[in-house]
Amino acid sequence: MDSALATTDPADLHAGQEHGHVSLPQHRHHFETVEQQREAGSFGMWLFLLTEIMFFGGMFFAYLVYRNWYYPAFAVASNQLSVSIGTLNTMLLITSGFCMAIAVWAAEMRKRSLLLAMLMLTTLLGIVFLGFKSSEYYEKYELHHIPGNNFNVSMFTNPAGYGIKEAPLPPDMAQKTQVFFFLYFAMTGMHALHMIIGLGLLCWLIWRANRGDFSSGYVAPVENFGLYWHFIDIVWLFLYPLLYLINRHPLH
Amino acid sequence: MSTAVGNTIVSLPDQSTAQLPKRHYINNEYGLLSWLLTEDHKRIALLYLFSVTFFFFIGGAFAGLIRLELLTPQPDLVAADTYNKFFTMHGLIMIFLFLVPSIPGVMGNFLIPLMLGAKDLAFPKLNLLSWYVYMAGGTLTLAALVLGGVDTGWTFTAPLSTHYLNTHVITAAMAIFITGFSSILTGINFIVTIHRMRCPGMTWFRMPLFLWAHYAASLLMVLGTPVLAVTLVLVALERLFGIGVFDPAKGGDPLLFQHLFWFYSHPAVYIMILPGMGVISEVVSTFSRKRIFGYTAVAFSSVAIALFGFFVWEHHMFIMGVSSYSALVFSLLTMLVAVPSAIKIFNWAFTLQKGSITFETPMLYCFGFMGLFTIGGLTGVFLGSLGMDVHLTETYFVVAHFHFVMVGGGLMAFLAGIHFWWPKMTGRMYPETISKLAAVTTFIGFNLTFLPQFVLGYLGLPRRYAAYPPEFQVLNVLSTAGATVLGFGYMLPMLYLAWSLKYGAIAGSNPWQATGLEWQIASPPPTENFTEIPIMDHEVYDYEWLANKTKNEVTTVG
Repeated sequence: MDSALATTDPADLHAGQEHGHVSLPQHRHHFETVEQQREAGSFGMWLFLLTEIMFFGGMFFAYLVYRNWYYPAFAVASNQLSVSIGTLNTMLLITSGFCMAIAVWAAEMRKRSLLLAMLMLTTLLGIVFLGFKSSEYYEKYELHHIPGNNFNVSMFTNPAGYGIKEAPLPPDMAQKTQVFFFLYFAMTGMHALHMIIGLGLLCWLIWRANRGDFSSGYVAPVENFGLYWHFIDIVWLFLYPLLYLINRHPLH
Repeated sequence: MSTAVGNTIVSLPDQSTAQLPKRHYINNEYGLLSWLLTEDHKRIALLYLFSVTFFFFIGGAFAGLIRLELLTPQPDLVAADTYNKFFTMHGLIMIFLFLVPSIPGVMGNFLIPLMLGAKDLAFPKLNLLSWYVYMAGGTLTLAALVLGGVDTGWTFTAPLSTHYLNTHVITAAMAIFITGFSSILTGINFIVTIHRMRCPGMTWFRMPLFLWAHYAASLLMVLGTPVLAVTLVLVALERLFGIGVFDPAKGGDPLLFQHLFWFYSHPAVYIMILPGMGVISEVVSTFSRKRIFGYTAVAFSSVAIALFGFFVWEHHMFIMGVSSYSALVFSLLTMLVAVPSAIKIFNWAFTLQKGSITFETPMLYCFGFMGLFTIGGLTGVFLGSLGMDVHLTETYFVVAHFHFVMVGGGLMAFLAGIHFWWPKMTGRMYPETISKLAAVTTFIGFNLTFLPQFVLGYLGLPRRYAAYPPEFQVLNVLSTAGATVLGFGYMLPMLYLAWSLKYGAIAGSNPWQATGLEWQIASPPPTENFTEIPIMDHEVYDYEWLANKTKNEVTTVG
């Protein structure tokens, strides 16, 4: 996606050389000016993010509907998520977004080593986020809270047996915790998939930045990727309160 | 160039001396790879033309089989579950692989840069990628077919699709999921191109209405398709893991599926028809030699259809137990969407009034569109009214209604556009007499096929059954006879358009004497479209400007 928008493969380099007035080798021949190309690229990226909002919107909508319907199950199941890991991950992701913002600035200022450092830091924080996320997934796997045939509701029908201070749910409502966990995995999984794609693109950007592609005023790929990375942050900023935080009652 | 003679505006160059341009986008490069790796929007348009035609005839074959089965009241040609697979495949292929990508993929790709005075779409690689994504989705659809088919209906209705059926639902759902990305990419490309690539002087209100229509349709693609994507992902996951998102037995809500599905699939109807309306605007103006009456109103009505189109989806769900208050609101909104559609029809009619009308093939298809789309639209108002809908929904009345809109509207517009821009795409004219015959055949065949279905539906025959009570046989036989005529009408263009590639008359750059920028360059256009970026120094559809330009050209040459 990003590479297609950025339109800067080495194969295109010769296209720019046909025209004397072109200032950057990355200029594609069908754009009149470099400015037009940059505007088109970032506009396309914004539209792409709009489609992403609609994509996640469907799942948020499903979550809100079922949270309303099966409120007790959702509240209890949501309490089983680790707020501390969630909070830590939120902080990691925000810091990663900050590094990305600095990286865009560094590209615009043509500071190659700062750009490289910031891109690497962004990548590192992203990987740590995914590490914590997978440890959370593994915990759910051990507890048999992965939706499917092996899903086990005994923690919700008999919380006292697990040392959990919750009111026990009747069996049919306890089954609905499966809907919560399905949506939890679908939403965070889709978010993680976007992060994995993002990390792949980050490696590609690091490789190109190291080659010096972004040291001469051409920043469109970094800038557009920045938009994508911030979008992933923002999705998480909605997922975190919806899945982890609302309706917790720590006073129990 | 000669001026209009008699009852035609066609003006062709002298055939004894005329030649195609020496170098153009088709003969610029040779070899299969030069097509498969092309970034030229015109070549990608041709790739789309071949692939949508291929899928159209596969979908059409299923339509033929369906009609053949319905010739007799008993399910004697195929078993009932095979019949279910037939109409599912017919729907999936015709909607997602033909109607949605047809006009944007072929004519949108070819014409948007030409009409804007640009050298290409904003993202040529993305454009090529969208064709590959489309082909991947198409191949997967065919795989679902070859592996044994899918029988959910094109709507993937849950929990039928997630729980009760054991056919290739996941394959088909993934195929449509993938195809959806093709239309998202096309939509993004069109919107960015129309915003950022207009030539100097090409203001928003100097754009041909074709562009306004594509802009509105692209908005729908960009905003609607992702919702379909996530819905299909949830259906696939529910099948894989057996979770109750949509299955009520497991605590899910089948209505949620309906809301998510129709949130895309109703706007999808406008994705199919809006580009067609854009084609009609161009053709009507050219063959009545007049600026489109109420240009601004027609332009904004496209945007209004796109906007209202997002707020009417619940009219597919009136009998599904939604709240009657929300049904009231959605019924009202459904009536409202008829207003911008009517604005278009009225404005085209007023464009015809006192115009110098000629009846070339594109115009015949255009008249077909206006009549059939009006019937389709008005029966849509019947279905949008709550009381009528309870009686008519899930009957053949609905089938007839949406075929009038999509086939009578969308497909007629596609054929109008193909004939209209054929000289630009290939540099050669199609044969006029036989193509007029095809247009008339299509119109007659279409009416014979689908008018009886209104009656069938009104009498209460439900759709999606392989068998029906014997008293409905007469109307069904009429419909099948009509489908045969219709199929003949669709085969004809295939044959004579292929013939014209070699034997058609040389068209010259502007055979219709049309005003669009695309007609002011050679046919077929050179790879770079414009040697110099044009300047739009006149209003759109300005036939006096064209007459002056032509006159001056003659003086300089002579």
